[in-house]
Amino acid sequence: MEFIKPGTNINFIGNRNIAFVISGIFIIATIFLLIWRGGPNYGVDFTGGVLIQVKFDGKTNTTDIKNALKPVELQDSIVQGFGEEGESEFLIRINKTDIDLPTLSSRVEQSLKSEMGKGVDVRRVEMVGPKVGSDLRQKALFAIFYAILFIAIYISGRFELKWLMSIIMAVSLAFVVYITSSLGMSVSWLIVIALIVTLGLCYFLNLKYALGAIIALVHDVTITIGVFALFEREISLSIIAALLTIVGYSLNDTIIVFDRIRENSRRFRRRSFEQTMNISINETLSRTILTSSTTLVVVLALFFLGGGVIHDFAFALMVGIIVGTYSSIFVASPILLVWEDKIDGNTKEKVPIE
Amino acid sequence: MSKSLTWRTAIASFAILAAFIYLIPSLTSEVPGWWSNILPRDKIHLGLDLQGGMHLVLEVESSKAVESHLERVVEELKRDLRKDKVRYTELKRDGTDGILITLMRSEDETVFKDLIAAGYPDFTFESLGQSEGKSNVRIVMNSKAIDRVKQMAVDQALETIRNRVDQFGVSEPDIRPQGENRLLIQLPGIKDPERAIALIGKTALLEFKLVDEENSVEEALKGNVPPGDEILYQVSVDAKTGRQKKTPWLLKKRTALTGEYISDARVQISNRYNEPYVSLSFDARGARLFEQVTGQNIKKRLAIVLDNKVNSAPVIQDKISGGQAQITGRYTTNEARDLAIVLRAGALPAPVTIIEERTVGPSLGKDSIEKGFKSMLIGGVLVILFMAIYYGLSGIIADIALLLNILFIMAALAFFEATLTLPGIAGIILTIGMSVDANVLVFERIREELRLGKTSRASIEGGYGKALVTILDAQVTTLIAALVLFQFGTGPVKGFAVTLSIGIVASLFTAIFVTRIIFDYLYVQRKMKKIRI
Repeated sequence: MEFIKPGTNINFIGNRNIAFVISGIFIIATIFLLIWRGGPNYGVDFTGGVLIQVKFDGKTNTTDIKNALKPVELQDSIVQGFGEEGESEFLIRINKTDIDLPTLSSRVEQSLKSEMGKGVDVRRVEMVGPKVGSDLRQKALFAIFYAILFIAIYISGRFELKWLMSIIMAVSLAFVVYITSSLGMSVSWLIVIALIVTLGLCYFLNLKYALGAIIALVHDVTITIGVFALFEREISLSIIAALLTIVGYSLNDTIIVFDRIRENSRRFRRRSFEQTMNISINETLSRTILTSSTTLVVVLALFFLGGGVIHDFAFALMVGIIVGTYSSIFVASPILLVWEDKIDGNTKEKVPIE
Repeated sequence: MSKSLTWRTAIASFAILAAFIYLIPSLTSEVPGWWSNILPRDKIHLGLDLQGGMHLVLEVESSKAVESHLERVVEELKRDLRKDKVRYTELKRDGTDGILITLMRSEDETVFKDLIAAGYPDFTFESLGQSEGKSNVRIVMNSKAIDRVKQMAVDQALETIRNRVDQFGVSEPDIRPQGENRLLIQLPGIKDPERAIALIGKTALLEFKLVDEENSVEEALKGNVPPGDEILYQVSVDAKTGRQKKTPWLLKKRTALTGEYISDARVQISNRYNEPYVSLSFDARGARLFEQVTGQNIKKRLAIVLDNKVNSAPVIQDKISGGQAQITGRYTTNEARDLAIVLRAGALPAPVTIIEERTVGPSLGKDSIEKGFKSMLIGGVLVILFMAIYYGLSGIIADIALLLNILFIMAALAFFEATLTLPGIAGIILTIGMSVDANVLVFERIREELRLGKTSRASIEGGYGKALVTILDAQVTTLIAALVLFQFGTGPVKGFAVTLSIGIVASLFTAIFVTRIIFDYLYVQRKMKKIRI
């Protein structure tokens, strides 16, 4: 059986501007959405606070629960239904951190029991102190940053045999991070600066594959966060895990296309880079679609059957796999081409592609 | 069979056999006795989110331990200065790293300096100048000693909490230091989280202090606390109204006796009120001190203070010898039992605060396992069917690799004594989807080679050869992401990183090494002509 017939030649590269416009719209939409919402919707893992998952014996609704929380002055908490339809299961989220957190869950339980007059099962409590919350936020941002950095080093070294260059990049980046962090900048700014520096270094050190891959990665993570903001889902610790997995997955896809481009540009020296690229994307298309669909199938299984606790995690993976597949075809490779054009335009001489 | 094929088959069979051996303890509830003697018997460890339990992170306020260390040094200094006949007007702790002294005679400064140099190596002497014949001096604790005291406080807190948890009765608790001054506590299967928190978080500093009956509490409450005194409160709950009542007591600051000297603490039921209380036994030194204090203060009140709250302040009727005391209060049996545990295990060297708590009830854990495995089963079956339909016989070979992959992940979890969490199950599910990737890459290459008109054998060789580099490149990046995740992650997230990493490595083995054996057997050994791919 074959989905993509051999000899298929879809002009992906020729239509790259359409893809750039689409990606641009998504990214701008994400940025606006985040500004409008005042940043990503962080869960208690990062803001500090308490999350309580309760299950009631009989039917009830969020208004009743909020009323039942009045005696403990928590009626302003966020209460939402959870899990499957028809089950009386709810999440109560308390974002305050200036109250006595460790005893909060038992106070909530008592209050619910006495006010609602039915059995309550506290199934899950997550209490995160404000200090831990900011610690975790920092750790998470650094994790994403380091993942991207290591990958950039690996790609530059592996694809362009520029290990020295990639080490220069790593060292100068570490230097920049050290300087900015000693200036006491917040981590989010630090990441932004580090990313700009990384991209700048890739640009000046002529590390085009790394540049393409990293832009694709940032693209994927940004859009996934945007979709999360759109659906008002929370960014929790496990979502960071999902984002990192997306980073790995999207790269996996990108690298397979890059590998083909590298191989084909050695084989067809006569052809233009644009042609070679198109051939490579088409040749790997069958694999891209196949792997993406098997992965998507299992993630969908997880999304629909995995239960509430893992629901958001599966959702992030689902979005990430779709965006990641798209970006390895429509974003990562065309960036290589944009790069080539720039060099051609600047120097007016043919740069050997290898 | 060709030699290399025999070898490769042997390696694969050995790996599979080993995987089974490591998995069997997890699959059966009871392994036979002879098995556990010679073969591995560890089951796959389930994370707290799957089996239910509590995850706590405590922060030890270790600077408080430094403060109390300084207070002890102050007492020691007082004794030494009395011995050396050095007179002073003021001697007190200053901030979190020093002690301030005002010497009556400035010529004593050198004596004092020598005393510090000889007997207090952790401190450096600092002269603050003289005024009116008096000399102001400060001694500063050096940072190394401060770090040592802090570290000791954390170690001791860990030990004490471990003791408490052991006595409370939790199976397989995991208590370990985290970072500089944090403790990570994992209590699987705990039924009453609230009680566990109370038990672990209590400082349990027990002190006996004399009540100052010469001065009035009312006067002290207005702000005129006599020197050497302090006001502490007794909190009691009115049985009728349920309201809290706070009674102030004026106490001597000096501690007559502390919980340090307790050798045993037991729950008893009083005959008179049928209420539980805790009976204490002091060790020899404590008994002697207790006898002394009670003997010298007959008809006076001695307050029992627990964590700076007055528990009770009974009148001493007579000298108490034998080293026995009682702590009474309106305790439930559990409260009394927990109090006895914390008193036996000793006080924490510094207060602790709970800065993170994650509790999962056992019912949710069971639900998560069921749902996790259900989605794994359905996702897996779909992928297996898909591969078989798309690639035919070769797809079935890939499916065998996929099943082996799951086997290896599970076995590796048992082997490394890693913990399976809910995100960990998600990691396995994700690996199912991604591990076929290696085979897809190989198969697509083989198809390409066949299209060029090569023989089966040459196509297989070419396909594997060309795909190998790509597969390695692609998997290494995912592995990098997984390893970074492992470094930063906690608990469940770490579990995800573990299964994902193991899955990647295992899939390289199964998808490249094992499938190649089958292909070589079919098309080289058995000389099957047409590849069904």
